[in-house]
Amino acid sequence: MSNDARDLPRVAANGLLDRRLFMRNMMLGAAGTATAGASLADSVSTGQPEWMLTPGATTEDYGMPSRFEMERTKRWTVPPAGQIATGRSIAAMTPHHMMHGTITPGGLHFEVNHHGIPDIDPDRHELIIHGMVERPIKLSVDALSNYPTETHNYFLECSGNSSRLWADKPTASHLDLTHGLVSGSEWTGVPLSILLDEAGLKPGAKWLIAEGGDSGSLSRSIPIDKALKDSMIALYQNGERLRPGQGYPIRLFNPGFEGNTSTKWVRSIRVTDRPVMSRFETRTYTDLMPDGKALQFSLGMEVKSVITRPSNANSLPKKGVYEVTGIAWTGNGRITRVEVSADGGQTWGEAALQGPVLPMMLTRFRIPWEWEGGPAILQSRAYDEAGRVQPTRTDLIAARGTKNVYHFNGIHSWGVGEDGGVQHVYA
Amino acid sequence: MSMRNSLACVVAVAMGLCTAVALADSGFSEPATAEDIELVYLSVFPDGENLPEGSGTATQGKPVYEMYCASCHGIDGEGTLADKLVGGRGTLDTEAPDKTVGSYWPYATTVFNYIRRSMPYTAPMSLTNEEYYAITAFVLNKNDIIAADTVIDKNSLPEVRMPNRDGFVNAYPNVPEQYDYMH
Repeated sequence: MSNDARDLPRVAANGLLDRRLFMRNMMLGAAGTATAGASLADSVSTGQPEWMLTPGATTEDYGMPSRFEMERTKRWTVPPAGQIATGRSIAAMTPHHMMHGTITPGGLHFEVNHHGIPDIDPDRHELIIHGMVERPIKLSVDALSNYPTETHNYFLECSGNSSRLWADKPTASHLDLTHGLVSGSEWTGVPLSILLDEAGLKPGAKWLIAEGGDSGSLSRSIPIDKALKDSMIALYQNGERLRPGQGYPIRLFNPGFEGNTSTKWVRSIRVTDRPVMSRFETRTYTDLMPDGKALQFSLGMEVKSVITRPSNANSLPKKGVYEVTGIAWTGNGRITRVEVSADGGQTWGEAALQGPVLPMMLTRFRIPWEWEGGPAILQSRAYDEAGRVQPTRTDLIAARGTKNVYHFNGIHSWGVGEDGGVQHVYA
Repeated sequence: MSMRNSLACVVAVAMGLCTAVALADSGFSEPATAEDIELVYLSVFPDGENLPEGSGTATQGKPVYEMYCASCHGIDGEGTLADKLVGGRGTLDTEAPDKTVGSYWPYATTVFNYIRRSMPYTAPMSLTNEEYYAITAFVLNKNDIIAADTVIDKNSLPEVRMPNRDGFVNAYPNVPEQYDYMH
């Protein structure tokens, strides 16, 4: 520990220091002498951290992260936690720059809630399947819990993720603001195909209209081919019941589709021969092109990746070898390759993919990189098994303009300065 | 046992072996009654399916709008805390697209349905069908889509043609080539 006065805790001007400093210094000093031969009068505990010197806390009914971590690793929320929403959507963004691996804990999973989070009593919540079916059915949450389940690791991404990168200038540096609307979880639920089979689809059924039990009864139209392929009614996330912000007690989950289609708090599924053209598939979640037309039902999430370390949260303290790591994902299935560039996309190196590489799930990639102290621009570029390649921001804008708000999957750039500082740049 | 048959069918479908097997007594569900369905079936389709009884005009809607909507959407629908509702026609292909009910929303039935199921924001579904029809008429009239005395109801609302009715391109399952960055 340095004895430099600049590092010491000052309590007033002209050099007055915290009174407790001597106590700590004395302990440190004593520890130093302990190794050299402590006095017989000294306690054996001298110099040990205080958490070793009394018994620790008892366990909790539901464990929480360390109080120190609670302050560091948390979601970016809009509006700020505790403030009242004023008629716009409520969002919470995953802090990937503070996380690792591929599983997002329930409390850090992103949320977008257009009409707040309902406080649903699971004993009064039912799912009703009706419309073009032989037998309209209703299922309580308890009834759903009796069905066989499937468990899959899936990413979920809001199509508004990275929407700030459509802007003319890089307005947001923090990774949660640019890439915080994607998360990865283990989801467990009942395959929707089983329930649709039980109700008995009538010929001509082409769409499902899913409606939520929130105060906006948010609704979306889902193509029935998707529903029969791999959609589920999810009951569990990462082994526990869904969090309220994730749709407790049940949500529809459509792997690889834009997040809003995975209707939270789902209570009604209407089988139809046509989409309903709800507000959230017309006014919102449609992508305005430069010619004034808007893409509708752009449901699949495209191939994408981003470097999570280094990032705005961890500047480089000195020259040396670092691991560059990040996450890649695609709604088309599996990630097949990720490349990383340190010179703004002029040359690329292939990153290692952390297996198992699962379809429609976050895949972690990593590559060692020696920082020699000069400026650098770090980028990642993902490829998927459908042959899709993550585009440069320039190429994406050439095809779709800058006014579409949704579905930005272009390459993201971290600029590294000579001081080791890292910030979001366009390159 | 029947649920197992149903599951076997799901597996068999995946293997391409199953024809059509539907089992009336499968699973753990209960029959949904007409009353069950009516309570949860809030959606309204562009052709008017599931529109309720009732009617309203813009003239009738003005005081209702001012009481329940104006505080967030502005007295003339100009938008304050919440979305702008009026204006923006002709801006969608410009550098400053202005997406409102009048310039962007393709179906009047969606306008009615969204207001009826979701608004007022702090008390959704708290008004009568008459009031929801009248508020919808007011918003459409503010956008010069219907006249102040046009009566909208379950028959006339689907006939209202929105200015941006043809402004959308289907992107499922694939984004059209002209908008694809890989072409």
